[in-house]
Amino acid sequence: MSEMRKVVIDPLIDNNPVTLQMLGICSALAVTTSLLPALLMCVALTCVTALACAAISLIRHRIPNNIRIIVHMTIIASLVILTDQLLRAYAFETSKQLSVFVGLIITNCIVLGRAEAFAMKNPVGLSFLDGLSNGLGYSLILIAVATLRELFGAGTLLGYSILPLTQDGGWYPANGMMLLPPSAFFIIGLLIWAIRSWRKQQVEQAEYQIHEVHRTDVY
Amino acid sequence: METYVNLFIKAAFVENLALAFFLGMCTFLAVSKRVETAIGLGIAVVAVQTITVPVNHLLYAYLLAPGALAWAGLPDVDLSFLGLVSYIGVIAALVQILEMTLDRYVPKLYNALGIFLPLITVNCAILGGTLFMVERHYDLGESVVYGMGSGAGWAIALIALAGIREKLKYSDVPNGLQGLGITFIIVGLMSLGFMGFSGVQL
Repeated sequence: MSEMRKVVIDPLIDNNPVTLQMLGICSALAVTTSLLPALLMCVALTCVTALACAAISLIRHRIPNNIRIIVHMTIIASLVILTDQLLRAYAFETSKQLSVFVGLIITNCIVLGRAEAFAMKNPVGLSFLDGLSNGLGYSLILIAVATLRELFGAGTLLGYSILPLTQDGGWYPANGMMLLPPSAFFIIGLLIWAIRSWRKQQVEQAEYQIHEVHRTDVY
Repeated sequence: METYVNLFIKAAFVENLALAFFLGMCTFLAVSKRVETAIGLGIAVVAVQTITVPVNHLLYAYLLAPGALAWAGLPDVDLSFLGLVSYIGVIAALVQILEMTLDRYVPKLYNALGIFLPLITVNCAILGGTLFMVERHYDLGESVVYGMGSGAGWAIALIALAGIREKLKYSDVPNGLQGLGITFIIVGLMSLGFMGFSGVQL
C-alpha cells in the first residue's frame, strides 16, 4: 500500500517529470500561451500516458528487447491517433490551436520515458497509476505556467477578463513578452528555483566549489 | 541550387527547431553538459534527420497522401490518417539501427549517450521535421536539404548551449537555481537572441 502511495504522490512534486526528470518540456513551452489549450493538452497527455503504461506493462514479458522501442511507439501512436480524432470531433476549435502538438504527444518523452523506466518492470495496476500521476505532475506545471502567461500576458483566464487592459480602458498594460516563447523558459526556470528552495533535497550539487576568500585570510 | 542553399540556411538559423519552435527540448537540456557529448548527439541527430525526412517523404508521396495509391490502381484511397504511426515507425527503426551500430563500433559514444540515444526516437525535433516537411509539401530534393539543415541547426544550438554550460560550471549560481534552473534561463536568453533571426528573409 505504501508503495502504491509513493508511486502516486512522488511524481507530483518530489519527482516531477518536468522540473526534475526533464521530460516533456517541448509541449510545456509551446501550448502554455493560454489556459484552455493547456488544460486540454494535460487531459490528453495524462490519458495517453496512463493507458500506454498499462498496455505496455501488460505485454512486457512478450516484448523482445531489441525491438522494444518500435513496439512502444506503435502502442503510443495508436493511442495518440485516437486522442487526435476524439479532440477533432468534440473540441475542434481548441484542437486547431494545439495544431501539431497533439501529434507530438507521441514524441513527448514522458510517455516513452515512463514506459522504459517503469512499465517494463512493474505490474499493470502500478504502471497505470505511475502513468496517471506522472501525467498529473506534468499537468500541475503546465497549468501553473499557462495561468501565469495568460493572466499577465493577456489579462484573461480561460478567455474571461481578470485584469482589465489599458487598451480597453482598464489599468493593466498587457505584457506582450509573456506571450512570446522565451518567457516560458524564464517562468519554468524560476518555478524550479521556487520548488527547490522549498524541497532542499532536489538541489543539484555544483561541480566546482567556489573558494570564499575572507578578509582575514588575505591579511 | 540557390533555392537549396536558401532552404538550408532558413532551416538551420531562421527556423531553428530548438530555439524558434522549441522542439527536442528534453534532450536539448539533458545532453548539453559537455561539449564532446553534445557534438556526438548533434551528429547523431543530423544523421537521423537527414535519413528520416526523405524516407518519410517517399512514404507519404507514394503510400499515404490522398490519391497516392493511384499506381496500385486505387486512386480513391486516402491513408493520411495513418501518417503519425508510420512516420514514428520509420524513425524508431532507424534509431534502433543506429543504436546497434554505435554499440558495435563506437561503444564510448554509445555509453556517453546512454538513455538519450533511444530517446532520439521521441525527440520531437525528428518527428517535427517530418511533420513540417509534409505540411509544406517539399519535394524529394528539398526534403533532403531540409532534413540536413534543420538537424544542423538543432546541433548548432545544442553545441552552443553546451559551450555556455561548460563555462558556467565555474560561476557562482544561487543554490536552488543550480543545474536545470539556470539552464532554462540561459536557453530563454538564447531564444531571445534567435528571435532576431525570425524576420530575416533571404
